[in-house]
Amino acid sequence: MSPAIDHSLQDPPQLPREPLIEKNAVITEAPWVRRTLTAVALLFLCGFLLLPLVAVFVEALRNGVETYFEALKDPDALAAIELTLIAAAIAVPLNLVFGVSAAWAITKFEFRGKSLLVSLIDLPFSVSPVVAGLIYVLIFGSHGWAGPWLSEHGIKVLFSTPGIVLATVFVTFPFIARELIPLMTEQGTDDEQAALSLGATGWQTFWRVTLPNIKWGLLYGVLLCNARAMGEFGAVSVVSGHIRGQTNTMPLHVEILYNEYQFSAAFAVASLLAMLALLTLGIKSWLEWRHSDELSATRRH
Amino acid sequence: MNIQIRGIHKAFASFPALDGVNLDIESGELIALLGPSGSGKTTLLRTIAGLEFPDAGEISFGGENIASRPVRERGVGFVFQHYALFKHMTVADNIAFGLNVRKGSARPSKEAIQQRVHELLDLVQLSGLDKRYPSQLSGGQRQRVALARALAIDPKVLLLDEPFGALDAKVRKDLRRWLRELHDKTGYTTIFVTHDQEEALELADRVVVMNRGRIEQVGNNQQVYEQPATPFVFDFLGSVNILPGEVKDRQLRFDGSDDVWDSESKESGLVDIYVRPHDLQIVDAAAPGLDATVTLVQRAGALIRISAALATSGERIELELSHLDTLARSRQPGDAIRVAPITFGLFPRAPHRRPTTLPDVVPNAPAENRERARN
Amino acid sequence: MTSAAPTTRARALRPRSAIPGFGLTLGFTLLYLSLIVLIPLAGVFLKSASLGWEGIWHVVSSPRVVAALKLSFGAALIGAGINAVFGTLVAWVFVRYQFPGKRFFDAAIDLPFALPTAVAGIALTALYAPNGWIGQYLEPLGIKVAYSPLGVIVACTFISLPFVVRTVQPVLEEAEKELEEAAASLGANRWQTITRVILPTVLPALITGFTLAFARAVGEYGSIIFIAGNLPMVSEIAPLLIIIKLEEFDYAGATAVAAAMLVLSFLLLLVINGLQIWTRSRRNRK
Repeated sequence: MSPAIDHSLQDPPQLPREPLIEKNAVITEAPWVRRTLTAVALLFLCGFLLLPLVAVFVEALRNGVETYFEALKDPDALAAIELTLIAAAIAVPLNLVFGVSAAWAITKFEFRGKSLLVSLIDLPFSVSPVVAGLIYVLIFGSHGWAGPWLSEHGIKVLFSTPGIVLATVFVTFPFIARELIPLMTEQGTDDEQAALSLGATGWQTFWRVTLPNIKWGLLYGVLLCNARAMGEFGAVSVVSGHIRGQTNTMPLHVEILYNEYQFSAAFAVASLLAMLALLTLGIKSWLEWRHSDELSATRRH
Repeated sequence: MNIQIRGIHKAFASFPALDGVNLDIESGELIALLGPSGSGKTTLLRTIAGLEFPDAGEISFGGENIASRPVRERGVGFVFQHYALFKHMTVADNIAFGLNVRKGSARPSKEAIQQRVHELLDLVQLSGLDKRYPSQLSGGQRQRVALARALAIDPKVLLLDEPFGALDAKVRKDLRRWLRELHDKTGYTTIFVTHDQEEALELADRVVVMNRGRIEQVGNNQQVYEQPATPFVFDFLGSVNILPGEVKDRQLRFDGSDDVWDSESKESGLVDIYVRPHDLQIVDAAAPGLDATVTLVQRAGALIRISAALATSGERIELELSHLDTLARSRQPGDAIRVAPITFGLFPRAPHRRPTTLPDVVPNAPAENRERARN
Repeated sequence: MTSAAPTTRARALRPRSAIPGFGLTLGFTLLYLSLIVLIPLAGVFLKSASLGWEGIWHVVSSPRVVAALKLSFGAALIGAGINAVFGTLVAWVFVRYQFPGKRFFDAAIDLPFALPTAVAGIALTALYAPNGWIGQYLEPLGIKVAYSPLGVIVACTFISLPFVVRTVQPVLEEAEKELEEAAASLGANRWQTITRVILPTVLPALITGFTLAFARAVGEYGSIIFIAGNLPMVSEIAPLLIIIKLEEFDYAGATAVAAAMLVLSFLLLLVINGLQIWTRSRRNRK
């Protein structure tokens, strides 16, 4: 049997080996278009995002490093920092427990009204922070429903720490749940069913199987929740009463200093919050980069 | 429109996807590009379309070199593996797209476009579905919409990438026959890519077998199946037994046997003998042949598949015999048989005996590299 | 909760599942949701209902409130509009092109989510005040950004910037390249491919992002009050008006303005959900 010789098996004629057209010109734009668009986009981002951030630090240090640290060492500033930490330390764990619980109920089971429940969990996001504060004023204020009864019993909610915590809990309510729900939906229930079939109890299954699976997503949610909790302004502003050294959180303290024309001090406190934001973004990017498989698909880059 | 392809080279990063491809396609032919994943068949198709650009080489449509011409000026109808229908457009809008984007006097009137859409819907047997969205169609229907959309621009050549790859077996068979009829009716020069040898052999006028970025053989279905040009083609198109032997003075001798067969090969030396399972037969003990012991007998309808171990080397061979074959029908494992080839192919002994089907790592490389190159 | 001797109702609610904890987790979820969100929100509605439509209308129709609502909604619309254009552009550039510092800029996009609004407010004011970094160059041109409605728009744009980018980006990432190749093979030029194939593909996400951005900007308070100047009838936003009324112990008035805003928020939520259902059904119609 003699193989049929085809000309295609012979050596190809020698032709120049430069690319004839720029690679993949089919679905991209001319280089000048690409460069222009990139420049416009980056200019927009620089002008709207980076410049304000730079401004915070520059303004904070405008009158020198000493003024900067003095502003931070001010007793009122320290009290504000403390209150902010307390509010976040209470609000974040509460919403953490809620988020895990809600995500478990929603992703591991089918029941009627599930999509309504998911919508309701998102509700605080679509309520103006000021309205969120107003809600608690209406309930706990001196003319509110619970107000008179509370003041009779010497319990102070409004214009004190509990009110601030409540407002913070409200505005940060959905963060962890909405991070976990898509993640746990993607992960399904196979792992849990396997663990249960091997004799694990419900709690063992949760601690040893579910939690390790969702830990990065959970951290992601906690991160965003915490950033908002520490930075919340509108809702807290309504319920705080702005009592210096007592019911002022850091953002409120910034406002007071600013309105008193103590700009450097205001920016100094603001710079702390800005650093918190940068830290949050840093960890967040790290999570998206290193643990993207363990975040919900919308967070992967 | 006849197509000439000369010396096409194309590399993704350092992976050579096409390595010196030459091919001539006659006007009106139906050509299959056949090969395993990673063989370069899809890259060749996309290069002809102008979706990829070769590092070197020429592509001519009707004698005119179009290698540097962008896809939208080439006038090719390209049907994508997953159809790539525009989800936000109705079937009619999808089909009309290529006409609607024409500028000025080149754009037909609204009525003309509408008429063309209806003609094409008739042609692909989807009349009445013009108002549907792609998501409301079955896989086979989507495939036909994609085809109608490609035909709407009256392409010089029709290119189909794994046209039946995403369909289930039954639909696939029906569409295959239908595509052949459509081709005969319309007469477009058509090239399609497939990894399914049955599909290629059944549908195409000529089959281009590709491997590792090169063309192994071009021929009609009889040629590529019955006269495979290379060990690769032999192995890729159907199963094959490979046995060691030697050629001397135009006479072939199997290792471990004293019998000789005539050989057309002029060159003497060690060879691999390629024999298809149905080209082996059981012969009388006195006839020339190889002694073997039956190890397994499987009956599949009219076929009897016998596995046997050669007496000399213990090498396993496979036979496919008719159930009418009296020497075959009553075989049991353990029986001694004598086996002789009816026809075979000879290739110089390769250092590694098994023919080279590609390892699985290669197929993913081009797609990955393509992604990288785009980003 | 529903574990022992389930009633008919509980059985209807309770799914058949091998996984435990349904009663506990759903029970806690509903309790917490009710305590923190539903009951307080219902309170606002009860309170506003007690005002009656006329009472609400009386408050809401006063010129100052109308001006504030107009400003809040107008600035939010414009801000979301700016972000619809630039956000889509940014998403496109990030998905399609390579440039140095991409990872850094990608992370920076979420800054408005992470930066406390009060900080954003004073920073933007420092930039756009008449003697500010940028404002000093705009002032001679007769452009006044801070202490004017324009400042409100700037703040709205800043705080709602990530929404459009983050909704459009994943859709662009997942868009099949084959669609563009198909358009090109059919003779479409790049502009036609972008306007007729790519934009319609991302449009649902774009609308969703726009709506989210709008909803966020409408209720925004912290970043705006610093830059707005808060002149009644000119640069005073609706949330600020609520606070002013609260400080005057005009709970009814504050509630009326809040109710007007809440109703709008709920409508927006409905629109978003409706939009999502619509786009989904359009593409996945069976």
